[in-house]
Amino acid sequence: MDISHERRTFMKLAGLGGAVFASGLPGWAYSARRDAIADDFYFVQLSDTHLGFSDPAINPDADGTLAKAVAAVNELPHAPDFVVFTGDLTHSTDDPVERRKRLAQFRDIAAGLKVKDVKFMPGEHDASLDRGKAFSEFFGATHYSFDHKGLHFIALDNVSDPAATIGDEQLQWLAADLARLDKRQPIAVLTHRPLFDLFPQWDWATRDGQKALDLLAPFEHVTVFYGHIHQEHHQTTGRIAHHSAKSLMFRLPAPGSMPKRRPLPWDANVPYRGLGFREVDAEVKSKRFALAEYPIAKA
Amino acid sequence: MLHLNKRRSAVAIIGLCGVVAGATALWAGRTGHASAPVIELTVKRFEYSPREIRLKRGAPVVLEITSLDVPHGFNLPDLHVRADVLPGRVTRVRLVPDRAGTFTFRCDVFCGTGHEELDGSVIVTD
Repeated sequence: MDISHERRTFMKLAGLGGAVFASGLPGWAYSARRDAIADDFYFVQLSDTHLGFSDPAINPDADGTLAKAVAAVNELPHAPDFVVFTGDLTHSTDDPVERRKRLAQFRDIAAGLKVKDVKFMPGEHDASLDRGKAFSEFFGATHYSFDHKGLHFIALDNVSDPAATIGDEQLQWLAADLARLDKRQPIAVLTHRPLFDLFPQWDWATRDGQKALDLLAPFEHVTVFYGHIHQEHHQTTGRIAHHSAKSLMFRLPAPGSMPKRRPLPWDANVPYRGLGFREVDAEVKSKRFALAEYPIAKA
Repeated sequence: MLHLNKRRSAVAIIGLCGVVAGATALWAGRTGHASAPVIELTVKRFEYSPREIRLKRGAPVVLEITSLDVPHGFNLPDLHVRADVLPGRVTRVRLVPDRAGTFTFRCDVFCGTGHEELDGSVIVTD
């Protein structure tokens, strides 16, 4: 059984939806046929694990959900090339000692991933109260870039500033990073907050996110993967595609669907409802992505 | 010498502009807002007081916002108002509600464990 067939079989067995996007969108096109994905690579996005959160009415398995997600990733029949956590690894605490304790606990659980390359990014819960100091002690830089099999990845930090800006210094770094790239170079941006004004009423925005989008605008194939809003959301701005991921701790309501942005209660009839992680298949030559969403319950 | 004189003149002009600008701002603060009622608002971790502000559409008000502890934000995007609220000074923002409804304002400067619940409402009626 070749790898692609093996993976398709798993998807079928898991009964999960495959890629949901029609081709023809700006940025990379999105494969509507999982069969089209063959020999390229994939990575897994996990987000908003909020280790340290405690409210049984919201998630009675708050201490066990991340471990279940790690187990689920490890059960994938073919290991991803890498895993990325797009922020809010831990739930915020005003106590710096407790913050480090949670980060250490998170690191130890994440170490159970049977994936060689695991990348970490901060969310505002990890980094906004100390400008990323504790996060950096555990996981290094809060923004960086790397290349992988023809894709250029850029991890942007829009959380270490408590006012939710990327900041001029990092924007200059971004400009310099982009300056060496061909405009046809496919780019995947990893970040925590949405770079566009998704719903500023709930703080679902990056105050200077438009500056980053302006720098990325000349490039033909840009896709942003982010977290923060604890649900899937898919939008394009110009020709840049944006995809938010589910949380691994609690759901939040759809933008503006409720008067207040508050965690949604646990659904005893559907445990782990709305929680999950994402597989991103990258077909580099044809510049296509396919996204598959995995529930925690399957673990 | 001529070069030095030019520099002195330039500095003098810039300084004069600064004084005029400052005076204008002060004048605007005292008289431009004088006709608008002032609503005082305090914010601390993790509570605005009052949490609910009632306004009339089209009627200008001035919000005087004071932080009682750490830096906060005041963001009311539906009515196009946002400001940093720093401790030790009063932040004044002029607001003319241009539509009726209930709108959420919230702190948009991450201020601690209860930050995400730090919000309030502006209720605008006709």
